[in-house]
Amino acid sequence: MNDMSDGYVTADGRQIGGVIMEMKNITLRFGGVVAIKDISFDIREGEIRAIIGPNGAGKSSMLNVISGFYIPTEGEVWFHGYKRGPMRPYQVARLGIARTFQNIALFDGMSVLDNIMTGRLTHMKSGLLAQAGWWWTGAAKEEDEHREKVEKIIDFLEIQNIRKTPVGRLPYGLKKRVELARALAAEPKLLLLDEPMAGMNVEEKEDMSRFILDVNDEFGTTIVLIEHDMGVVMDLSDRVVVMDYGKKIGDGTPDEVRNNQDVIDAYLGVAHD
Amino acid sequence: MPDIVLYAAEVTLNGLMAGVLYALVALGFVLIFKASGIFNYAQGVLALFAALTLVGIQKGQVPFAHLINAMTGKHYTNFPWEVPALVAILLTVGVMVVLAIIIEKVVLKHLVNQAPIILFMATIGMAYFLEGFGDVMWGSDIKTLDVGLPQGINETIDSVTYNMFGYGFFIDNLDIVAAIVAVLLVAALTVFSQYSKQGRALRAVADDHQAALSVGISLRFIWILVWSIAGFVALVAGIMWGSKSGVQFSLSLIALKALPVLMLGGFTSIPGAIVGGLIIGVGEKLFELLIGAPFLGGATENWFAYVLALVFLVFRPQGLFGEKIIERV
Repeated sequence: MNDMSDGYVTADGRQIGGVIMEMKNITLRFGGVVAIKDISFDIREGEIRAIIGPNGAGKSSMLNVISGFYIPTEGEVWFHGYKRGPMRPYQVARLGIARTFQNIALFDGMSVLDNIMTGRLTHMKSGLLAQAGWWWTGAAKEEDEHREKVEKIIDFLEIQNIRKTPVGRLPYGLKKRVELARALAAEPKLLLLDEPMAGMNVEEKEDMSRFILDVNDEFGTTIVLIEHDMGVVMDLSDRVVVMDYGKKIGDGTPDEVRNNQDVIDAYLGVAHD
Repeated sequence: MPDIVLYAAEVTLNGLMAGVLYALVALGFVLIFKASGIFNYAQGVLALFAALTLVGIQKGQVPFAHLINAMTGKHYTNFPWEVPALVAILLTVGVMVVLAIIIEKVVLKHLVNQAPIILFMATIGMAYFLEGFGDVMWGSDIKTLDVGLPQGINETIDSVTYNMFGYGFFIDNLDIVAAIVAVLLVAALTVFSQYSKQGRALRAVADDHQAALSVGISLRFIWILVWSIAGFVALVAGIMWGSKSGVQFSLSLIALKALPVLMLGGFTSIPGAIVGGLIIGVGEKLFELLIGAPFLGGATENWFAYVLALVFLVFRPQGLFGEKIIERV
């Protein structure tokens, strides 16, 4: 545990709240391979938390543990004060955890708008029969309300002009943005971004960084992101976990991490760089 | 008016009606294909099974009678009651939902994220299983299905056209009912898939399993839902075809007639299934009247649809309304 029992104030003056997720001594094994070795850290409300590390460090495995996709071999995951048991993938979404994927998982045949609307599914209450009634039962009104929220997100991410375009036709950078929009539509308590800048050019990276910061600022969304690009991570995040070979080698503010000897070794002191 | 025009008009009308029946079968294929990318080989057998079950329940047949009799030496055939048509239909819908749940639990659950061809093979297996299971459950004799739908020539159309042209059109009442039912069914399904949250979830699942899970969609629920709806559509098709030509094994072969309809309309479009059905229904009847019978020795109805489908495959492989295949490199 860190010493900040009731939150802290970031360098740019944002108030960060209490712990919403705590990873306690997580170990993850696939047969004989140890992907994660006894890692503990916490995620606080409203912060941007990064997990970085060289290739094969176990970052994606860690994200999958957070998202409930993997069940840790040892250790506990606490979310909002409750120990989390094994869950089905769709139950994770219903807990308020949304995510994007490293290699984009959108519904290519559907329009941008429909894609983002799927993000609202967990919030839609009308059952099958109520929807058959449509106007009488208020299902139409409910759909309108969801649509309004989605339009706000579309405005926010500046994708109004592609609203009706099938996602399959969009260029890579825009797809990433649509995926972010869909995740946001779920109004998540915790937003997981798996390499949000992977494969982007400089301009797209700058856009995406701005959106991530804006999302955090505007909606107060807690964000956990994995990223390769060190520069981006250091600019974006409030606190950073550094992993190498499945172990945690550093944890703290970007400045602390940058000056950590283990981290410097992991990134600079090995032959592959 | 020359006779040939009148004949052609009558044949066109009848073709439209027949087309609706083709479309009803094609609809079942489209639903499952849209929702899971599976070409459901078992759709025809599903219609047969639904019709068998409906007749069985309505007539108060004892299910598995032959099996029970063979094992116990008794001679059960029927319960001492008959069930009203509407109740029997509702019960059959229930049976189809249970069947959907069993299909999901026994087959689909184990095939998440498998290639479509694997799922296709699984549906072939399902088709043969269901065919035999239907026989064991309800017997293999030819049954008549009567749920009280009007049948025979529509007198009104006959007399109206007779007064207008001096030639009465023959239109079967059953075909008219089938057309109305099909229109209602398509309207309902289109609204469902475009505007309801389950409809959207359904399209999402068809597109990408992983992404669907990440937004909180339960794959298993959606699959049960889809197969239940497909079972319901199969029941409707089974009722219409069964009322027309009796409930027997050949009912499952109507699936073959649905194939050219799908190639024309596109595998992913509900309106496409209807338009495709109508084009084939009218096309094969008119072709027979105008070209087949006078010049080709007749019986062209048997192959016309397939040739038309082949032509479509060459020039427009996604069908009239199918989704364009989008590939980016």
